[in-house]
Amino acid sequence: MPEVLTAPLVVEFPFTRSLGPVQSAFLTGLRERTVLGVRASDGRVVVPPTEYDPVTAAEIRELVEVGTAGTITTWAWNPAPRRGQPLTTPFAWVLVRLDGADTALLHALDAPGPDAVRTGMRVRIRWAAERTGAITDIACFEPGEEIREGDAPDEPNSAEPAAHSGEFPAPVTGITTPARLDYTYAPGRAQSRHLQALAERRITGERCPSCRKVYVPPRGACPTCGVATDTQVEVGPRGTVTTFCIVNITARHTANPDIDVPYVYAHIALDGADLALHGRIGGIPYDQVRMGLRVEPVWTEGGRFPDHYRPSGEPDADYDSYKELL
Amino acid sequence: MHEARRDRTGEVTRKAVHGTARDRTREVAIVAFAQTDHRRRTDDLSEVEMLMPVLHDVLGTTGLKTADIGFTCSGSSDYLAGRAFSFTMALDGVGAHPPISESHVEMDGAWALYEAWVKLLTGETDTALVYAYGKSSPGEVRAVLTRQLDPYYLAPLWPDSVALAALQAQALIDAGDADEPTLAAVAARSRADAAANPHAQLSGPVPAGDHLVRPLRPGDCPPIGDGAAAVILAAGDRARELCERPAWIRGMDHRIEAHGLGVRDLTDSPSTRLAAERAGAFVPPVDLAELHAPFTSQEIVLRKALKLDGDVLVNPSGGALAANPLMAAGLIRLGEAAARIHRGASHRALAHATSGPCLQQNLVAVLEGEVSHG
Ligand SMILES: [Zn+2]
Repeated sequence: MPEVLTAPLVVEFPFTRSLGPVQSAFLTGLRERTVLGVRASDGRVVVPPTEYDPVTAAEIRELVEVGTAGTITTWAWNPAPRRGQPLTTPFAWVLVRLDGADTALLHALDAPGPDAVRTGMRVRIRWAAERTGAITDIACFEPGEEIREGDAPDEPNSAEPAAHSGEFPAPVTGITTPARLDYTYAPGRAQSRHLQALAERRITGERCPSCRKVYVPPRGACPTCGVATDTQVEVGPRGTVTTFCIVNITARHTANPDIDVPYVYAHIALDGADLALHGRIGGIPYDQVRMGLRVEPVWTEGGRFPDHYRPSGEPDADYDSYKELL
Repeated sequence: MHEARRDRTGEVTRKAVHGTARDRTREVAIVAFAQTDHRRRTDDLSEVEMLMPVLHDVLGTTGLKTADIGFTCSGSSDYLAGRAFSFTMALDGVGAHPPISESHVEMDGAWALYEAWVKLLTGETDTALVYAYGKSSPGEVRAVLTRQLDPYYLAPLWPDSVALAALQAQALIDAGDADEPTLAAVAARSRADAAANPHAQLSGPVPAGDHLVRPLRPGDCPPIGDGAAAVILAAGDRARELCERPAWIRGMDHRIEAHGLGVRDLTDSPSTRLAAERAGAFVPPVDLAELHAPFTSQEIVLRKALKLDGDVLVNPSGGALAANPLMAAGLIRLGEAAARIHRGASHRALAHATSGPCLQQNLVAVLEGEVSHG
């Protein structure tokens, strides 16, 4: 049983999304400290607004302006805020029905502690100092009533929301929502054995106990027999190019940004393996790489896997010797 | 309508999949079930290495080989692994070469089972393998699950899965349907029942703990862990050949509610109730219910939605509070209910699976043992 290998793995993606007319109006409105809702087929005012009726799925477009204060419909005290959440100090998650709305909006409430929060409590929006047209333009909610003439304190404003055109100067038409997730990747037994052999500059595959095929790099199972591969087999180091392509673009996130284009990326059947692996071909002009070319791995100082493969100087392999591995 | 299909010998065949070949009277049953021992972490295993023993186990129960299976369907999520198309690696464990008839849902395996059930109802095949797996240990599952939320209004706030369940729990408390002691009692009963389940990740007394997100304490929340499960479905007489007492699927249905949490009544689960009605769960009544309720408060919501009274045995396996391998926990509810029918410990059982925040999507199946005519 080899030592369990793990490594940090970060997945980050800045999703860019376009907004339809309703979401554009809502998020632009937030930038202008105005909260818009949409009237559903049954007359209810939906906030945050959707473009389609939550019950009938009919298209809905009739915008109205609702209040910036509202009532908590339910809440949950969060003693340990997590990365990305609206506040860094303990806060309450709240669903708030804004005055004039019939549905509730999820956000954070800045409150001193759980004893200061209750369902039915009146809260108001605290606007972010810098607003861009995003749900985070609402920094959070805070306790208390927005004082308006004629309103009784602690009573929701029952006035019917006024129609709103949804038109603002320089409307927001898209949002970018960056996301980051952190993982600890564990490759499992078969791949760990392979990686540990690579650290000794040995390339190993694993043999299926049933069909006797040798897979490299091994993933732990034979895809034909559906059983675990069990025996380690040293393969290569030399091999044969079975097929290849010529790469003419530089990938932005390539592992090695110093590789000049065009270059050749190939399938290489290492001697003793029943599956070709991928590798870059160097040491030969790109337009002279061919099927059947015999190659050997080139390791760089401190490299944990072959940097590339280069011609080994042997005569080309006979087509029949690798045709099953294409 | 015709569909080209390449069978395991590589021969392309054409056959009618709708219309004439469809047999509305076809009966389909769960004939075998297997699951891993669910663990907090499985760093020593890749996904396929974790899954393979379960596949061998479920095939071994029936004596079937991969080549005998007409359709394979799986459920998993790339977001748990942090890698694209991770299910294609797991497929190696099935023996998917030469090509097989296969499908995948980026959901709990219960929905993969639904797809396989429909496939069997079409008459195109007599057997199906359904599997599901999830390794939650590599990532922070509370953060990972935020990525399934509405990307405009919710995801940018990163409300985690426990926080959303806590909002639902507080709504339930405000409505007078529960209080913290009743939530704790659900946790205690689940963990006590799990003592008889060798696969459970947690069992025994629930340790007291501070609120994770008030009103939920650690005991109200599911364990985070890794695991896999698999079932085999078979139709008609094939099922009777493969299993002494097949668990016949009498009905199955799944329904979804509005995405916006503030649009829904979080104290109720009308989608579960509707799915149960369509699946025929109320007449005649069931004697067992395996409910996929990862949070204590959700069991209370589901009991209310399904009108389950004291005569119905609920989650004797310990449920998702004892083991919640994401993407497999719903399929396990179907498997546990079927296994009790196989053993003769239940005659008619309800199995439920959920997906999404606060019971957004719900699937209900009704399973029944054969009525003997002897
Ligand atoms: Zn094999």
